[in-house]
Amino acid sequence: MATASVVTSEQYNYDIIRKFTIMTLVWGAVGMLVGVYIASELAFPFLNFDIPYITFGRLRPVHTGAVIFGFGGSALFATSYYVVQRTCQTRLWGGNLANFTFWGWQAVIVLAALGDVMGHSQGREYAEMEWPIDLLIEVVWVVYMAIFIGTLMNRKQPHIYVANWFYLSFILATALLHTFNNLAVPISLFSIKSYSLFSGAQDAMTQWWYGHNAVGFFLTAAFLGMMYYFVPKQAGKPVYSYRLSIVHFWALSFMYMWAGSHHLHWTAIPDWTSTLAATFSIMLLLPSWGGMINGIMTLSGAWDKLRTDPIMRFMIVALSFYGMSTFEGPMMSLKDVNALSHYTDWTVGHVHSGALGWVAMISFGSLYHLIPRLWNTQVYSLRLINVHFWLATIGVLLYITAMWISGIMQGLMWRAFDDFGNLQYSFAESVAAMHPFYAMRALGGAFFLTGMVVMCYNMYKTINQGNTEAAPVAAAA
Amino acid sequence: MKHDKIERNLGWLLVLTMLAISAGGLVEVVPLFFIKETVETVKTADGKDMIRPYTPLEQRGRDIYIREGCYLCHSQMIRPFRDEALRYGHYSLAAESKYDHPFQWGSKRTGPDLARVGGKYSNDWHVQHLTAPRSMVPESVMPNYPWLIKTKLDTSDLTLRLQALRTTGVPYSMSKAEYDRNVKQFGEDVAKMLHIPDAEQNLIEQAKTGNYDNNINDVTEMDALVAYLQVLGTMVDFKQFDDDYFAKFR
Repeated sequence: MATASVVTSEQYNYDIIRKFTIMTLVWGAVGMLVGVYIASELAFPFLNFDIPYITFGRLRPVHTGAVIFGFGGSALFATSYYVVQRTCQTRLWGGNLANFTFWGWQAVIVLAALGDVMGHSQGREYAEMEWPIDLLIEVVWVVYMAIFIGTLMNRKQPHIYVANWFYLSFILATALLHTFNNLAVPISLFSIKSYSLFSGAQDAMTQWWYGHNAVGFFLTAAFLGMMYYFVPKQAGKPVYSYRLSIVHFWALSFMYMWAGSHHLHWTAIPDWTSTLAATFSIMLLLPSWGGMINGIMTLSGAWDKLRTDPIMRFMIVALSFYGMSTFEGPMMSLKDVNALSHYTDWTVGHVHSGALGWVAMISFGSLYHLIPRLWNTQVYSLRLINVHFWLATIGVLLYITAMWISGIMQGLMWRAFDDFGNLQYSFAESVAAMHPFYAMRALGGAFFLTGMVVMCYNMYKTINQGNTEAAPVAAAA
Repeated sequence: MKHDKIERNLGWLLVLTMLAISAGGLVEVVPLFFIKETVETVKTADGKDMIRPYTPLEQRGRDIYIREGCYLCHSQMIRPFRDEALRYGHYSLAAESKYDHPFQWGSKRTGPDLARVGGKYSNDWHVQHLTAPRSMVPESVMPNYPWLIKTKLDTSDLTLRLQALRTTGVPYSMSKAEYDRNVKQFGEDVAKMLHIPDAEQNLIEQAKTGNYDNNINDVTEMDALVAYLQVLGTMVDFKQFDDDYFAKFR
């Protein structure tokens, strides 16, 4: 990494990072608000209000789109543009192209949300966007790739820093996944409607190859890139093990792509695919935990920071959730466990322990580190970061606990037999049993959302007291 | 090769990363497009395909199913377990979704599986349940869909839709030759329904004779959706097969 130097905002393109950072906060709040709303709809169905645009089925893609691509995506654009410039010690390649990725990406999120509420859907989870939006994503992504690779080529350092490997792998994989999963035939050039090129079993395999690796690369590899830069920075220590990061990177990149069909255990796909997927899922535990250990041990010798630095606390708790959900995932990919857990809320809980606990928390930590540096100031209130930390932690715990209970209960109720060998419960009885846990989940989500709002306020005050003039920034590294 | 070399050379890093991330899909996903046994052969004694493409009305119902995001709470994939056999019926075959663009297997059962819901309830039950679910199932958390019965089905782009599906490989017919092929493959009654030039007429006729929404004057979105739900899982007559015939394909 770079040695101490004085840089001006002209040396690096910080403007684009500031824009993406602000939109990260905005989409975080919006996406989580929609999440809390749809969670409440499941607990109290009158909230659908007989309005087509806000029924659960139409709002759910708005939630997933806003949090994954809006919040997560903007955070990744912001941090990757920051990290690649800082570690390559060069200005972002491509000049105004970076601005195009900003406006293009924001257009994607807005159009996707509008399409969702209007009922324009491809009917594929996390890829509901219809073909015109998919094409826009494709263009933005290729430009993003060009900017990132162009900047790497201009680097002033002989080495490409490890965080950039992860970002690069995420950019390449997302391009691959997005392209093949969205192959579709539009019914006309003047209609939004299309039908997917593939059908049935092959379509299912393609979708879950995409769906799982959207998690593997978009929500994991990329955020590991974030981790490999911001955790050492905030800790003021080098990455714990360089060798471990090499193993972590290659094993993760190679293995994730095999694991997708564990989403299709016991379904109408050939058995060998799901056995292969389960095997790779189990093996994935090793690189995942290697990465977690690498992150957490980076703090060795500075453990006291956990008491004094709430930003560090966000990062370490994020890594703990990363470790927990990457243990839970392989376990759920075992066919026997999956027979119980599949189709239940357990899956939803697992996703959120990763998405809230890992993805969102590491982003919060990184943004708290980043924002004062972008606006040449100090954090407005460390106490509010602490408040955010506890709201978020309590929120995640409520959420995943509720989903564990309801998920396992569903699984057990569905397969319960009475003494005469008949099904013991009707499906409706299992729905009724979920009610308290759906309410508890919505409450957990509300805690998490409140934390997000506190962060927005805190960062609004921080940005307001800062400035973006070309004054020299004393770079701490 | 020392790893140091990869870290200093962007070209190597790009190529090796591409290799690493491509392997899984190439070995695990791509072959399924070529291995014939991935999708079962399901034929009647006289050699006709049991699984047929959806009629125009059913396909429009399927479009509405996707539009409303039903797949986010309902699966269409019964697993080979005793409890699922009792609750839903025979486990789902790959062949049963071979004309499904996109597949709608789902990943979550907030509501029950729908793979074999066809014929389980009356049309009237579905109309009432879709309009006000809790009037039929008090525990339900499903939204009301009162607009389905009030909205006339848009058929303006019907042929475009079927033609697009034909492009993806669904055997809807445009020409006499394709029609004859369908007669051979599915029998005459089905072939007629798959003929795109007659699609609109067939759609209206099915809606009237089926009388799905209890109103024969208009073709509503309710007609289409109920027609779709009523055909789900009904195409295969499992009595004509040995128990272990389908197991061979897994």
